[in-house]
Amino acid sequence: MSIIDSAKNAAQGLVQGALGKLVPLAPDSWIPGGLPDPLIARKHGLIGTPVSRLDGPLKVQGAARFSAEVAPAGMVYVALAYATIPRGRIATLDTQAAEAAPGVVRVMTHRNAPRMKPPAVFGSSPTAAGPSDLPILQDDRIHWNGQPIAAVIAETQEQADHARSLIHVTYEAGPSTTSFAGAKANGAQIGRFMGQPLRNEIGDAEAELAGAAHRVDHTYRTPRHSHNAIEPHAATIVWEGDMLTIHDTTQMVTAEARTIADVFDLKPEQVRVISPYVGGGFGGKGLWDHQIIGAAAAKLVGRPVRITLSREGVYRVIGGRTLSEQRVAIGATADGHFKAIIHTGTAAMTPHNAMPEPFIFATRSGYAADSFKLSVETVKMNMLANTFMRAPGEAIGTFALESAIDELAAELGMDPIALRIRNEPDKDPISGLPFSSRHIVEAWRSGAQRFGWDQRAPEPGTRREGEWLIGMGCATGTYPYHRMPGAAARITLTRDAKAIVEIAAHEMGMGTSTTTAMVAGERLGLPLDRIEIRYGDSIIPGAIMAGGSQQTAAIGAAVIAAHNALVAELLKLAGNESPLAGLSVDEVGSEGGALVRLDDPACRETYQSILARAQRDTVAAAEQASMPVEAMHWSMHSYSAIFCEVRVSAITGETRVSRILGAFDCGRILNPQTARSQFRGGIIMGLGMALMEETLFDERNGRVMNANLSEYHLPVHLDIPEIDVMWTDIADPHTPMGAHGIGEIGITGVAAAVANAVYNATGKRIRDLPITLDKLL
Amino acid sequence: MEITINGSTTALPQDPRVSLLDFLREGLHLFGTKKGCDQGACGACTVLVDGERILSCLALAVQFEGRDVVTIEGLSAAGTAGGEGLHPLQQAFIGCDGFQCGYCTPGQICSAVGMVAEAKRGSPSHVTADLAAAVTLTRNEIQERMSGNLCRCGAHNGIIDAIQQVLSAEVLS
Ligand code: FES
Ligand code: FES
Repeated sequence: MSIIDSAKNAAQGLVQGALGKLVPLAPDSWIPGGLPDPLIARKHGLIGTPVSRLDGPLKVQGAARFSAEVAPAGMVYVALAYATIPRGRIATLDTQAAEAAPGVVRVMTHRNAPRMKPPAVFGSSPTAAGPSDLPILQDDRIHWNGQPIAAVIAETQEQADHARSLIHVTYEAGPSTTSFAGAKANGAQIGRFMGQPLRNEIGDAEAELAGAAHRVDHTYRTPRHSHNAIEPHAATIVWEGDMLTIHDTTQMVTAEARTIADVFDLKPEQVRVISPYVGGGFGGKGLWDHQIIGAAAAKLVGRPVRITLSREGVYRVIGGRTLSEQRVAIGATADGHFKAIIHTGTAAMTPHNAMPEPFIFATRSGYAADSFKLSVETVKMNMLANTFMRAPGEAIGTFALESAIDELAAELGMDPIALRIRNEPDKDPISGLPFSSRHIVEAWRSGAQRFGWDQRAPEPGTRREGEWLIGMGCATGTYPYHRMPGAAARITLTRDAKAIVEIAAHEMGMGTSTTTAMVAGERLGLPLDRIEIRYGDSIIPGAIMAGGSQQTAAIGAAVIAAHNALVAELLKLAGNESPLAGLSVDEVGSEGGALVRLDDPACRETYQSILARAQRDTVAAAEQASMPVEAMHWSMHSYSAIFCEVRVSAITGETRVSRILGAFDCGRILNPQTARSQFRGGIIMGLGMALMEETLFDERNGRVMNANLSEYHLPVHLDIPEIDVMWTDIADPHTPMGAHGIGEIGITGVAAAVANAVYNATGKRIRDLPITLDKLL
Repeated sequence: MEITINGSTTALPQDPRVSLLDFLREGLHLFGTKKGCDQGACGACTVLVDGERILSCLALAVQFEGRDVVTIEGLSAAGTAGGEGLHPLQQAFIGCDGFQCGYCTPGQICSAVGMVAEAKRGSPSHVTADLAAAVTLTRNEIQERMSGNLCRCGAHNGIIDAIQQVLSAEVLS
């Protein structure tokens, strides 16, 4: 880290530190969410009813256009060549034969690529989206095994692919660190996340642990994971003069456009990123090298470019979840009271990125204890930059923590649910903040009843049907409520009482466009078919990243702000002849296509009437969402209780998940139909993580060995039982619509629930994911 | 050299390296058929050739001279009335929320159509207990037979629900 970076980090830390001291002390009413969103109280209407996806007909007909499905005239195709050493430099790079191959337009390497700045690494500014701060095709240096070193540009993909095979390269290897053990031997640094160190200590946890009547103390290991969205990364890129348009598949249109503008020395308004459909993201669809290479290629040859990563290319260029080694130790009294929680460990990252997998996050607010010692240390490896993957931190952190709690329950001879409830905190154990809405105990109780938890045999290895050993396990899942700054919305109301709502947000299958239409319709007092949502385009004001499960909250707050501004505009237009004359914004609301006086709903005027009298066809308002300081005033999280039943073959060691239930406490559920799918999808990814997923990394040379969907095992139809989900549906009084994020909570806790069920079935404790059959034989 | 796609006859590509998948997508701009891996591992590219499901990424277009190919676009055109011309399976996918991002969806739907035909012909699967008896498409059978179609969003339950819903409606009618 440079001095400037350290200074920036320190400054960011100071500002957050100051806010962090003031915001908790402020009165509730000063905080966004201090007064409950009026939509929470509205019991009739669309919110909470199942609505089928509005883009469903397009998607089932294959008519939704993804980024590789835009075909501008004169377009050329790109094939990438990848480095095969982890570190060093290119000694010779012979592209002659490739250039002479049929259909080849150019071969772009560091020698002829346009000059570009390195992208600003994610987190270094609010609009930075770079995967790392490494320059892209600007010099002969190699930083990871798989780094793109040349781009063949040809008339067809077949021609590009063939010519790529004719490139000859030799390397001068440099010193590299490609083993985790080697990286640890080089020394560790404390991880910093958004400027804050990943370390918390309360009391003397080691001493409390040593003196505790009962204790567990173990190391848990999790491997690398890859997002593996079924849609590979692809961009179709067009320069018109010095205007750059990128049809992309991305979770961050605005930040990506800004970062790319900076790379090419353009003004922000000269770059437009459009991404109406994203074929799965899970944290992996951001800015990576290929969009920048594609834009450079299009500039070099003066033609539109399509760059699609092959499945292998996805593994070479798109980072995934990093590996970790975590110690969890818990000390307890004989009746299960936690004296100490220790959760420390190490995650690998690279010298050039900013993602220290924060696996202690869930532990920070999970349970009450007399003392805590939490930390994430990072070590550096020469590898592809690791990144966010569904519930970064929590997904693997809950595996360690929730396995350890199960181990302690066994040690104490206590029911693991009772042990968890025994240590339920009444305020956030680390920050001391009050919880905004936490009903995890209710989720545990209702879930246990529905699942039939009382059927679990307390003694492991005692239930058997033929060759199958049967066991049950459970775990808590949790994921914080986030709302990032910078969100905005623009609402345009037309004289025929239609509303166009524009938000710079994303649809990766969460149902964003559908849920946003429901919420906006409810807020504006208009039925669903009068609402049009526009999204996934960087020219829309504001920035709403599809990350941290924050989209719904961010959109909700932006629509609240824009609606207030719209009401003010309408009141101005309404003028003195309106029945609403003289009322202020706070005194009116929207209902049934009209503005109504809140304390006298009979006093109203329709939007149409207001616009007609003012002789206007449309009225529009754009507004920024309030500053998201609520999460510094309350401790805000989504929660789940996961219950799982497994069958483990005593002969082959194969584990089959026969039943699984997720009981969720995630505020108010806006659209049960899409929410159920989100929860189930997260749980399924958790099952993959528990039983089969691992990105195999060759520690000798830093190369990913299973760069395909045959050898990276994903759960398939036959692996997946009918997944039961239920939810408390208790609105959080302090969030827009009373909702919490639900995109990432589903995966959390699942791997531990499976591991705990495997223990209950077999008596074998697996602390090393994935739980493959060799570990059970 | 010609091929029939969704009822229309068209010339095959000159370049023998072009896969059926790339011919559909890049040659004909029929983007409904998806590319997830280009290696036969994900099922996103599934289309029907003379009624049988195949992975179009593993097929060279020129091998299919004179054959009859139906893609997701052809399926909806052939769909029954009622659901805006959607095939009943497409309609059921919407009702059962059998997708999230929608990228694996055309492959899942085409695969399901081919899978039902295979079962009707009596082809057994890995989970068929009695190889001689007629195949009953139980949930387990459907899951096994659809396991070549990956879905990373985790829409599996909705996909199987949609297929079962359409199958039971067929039995009733
Ligand atoms: S694209 Fe054909 S199987 Fe994946
Ligand atoms: S719906 Fe996204 S991969 Fe299946």
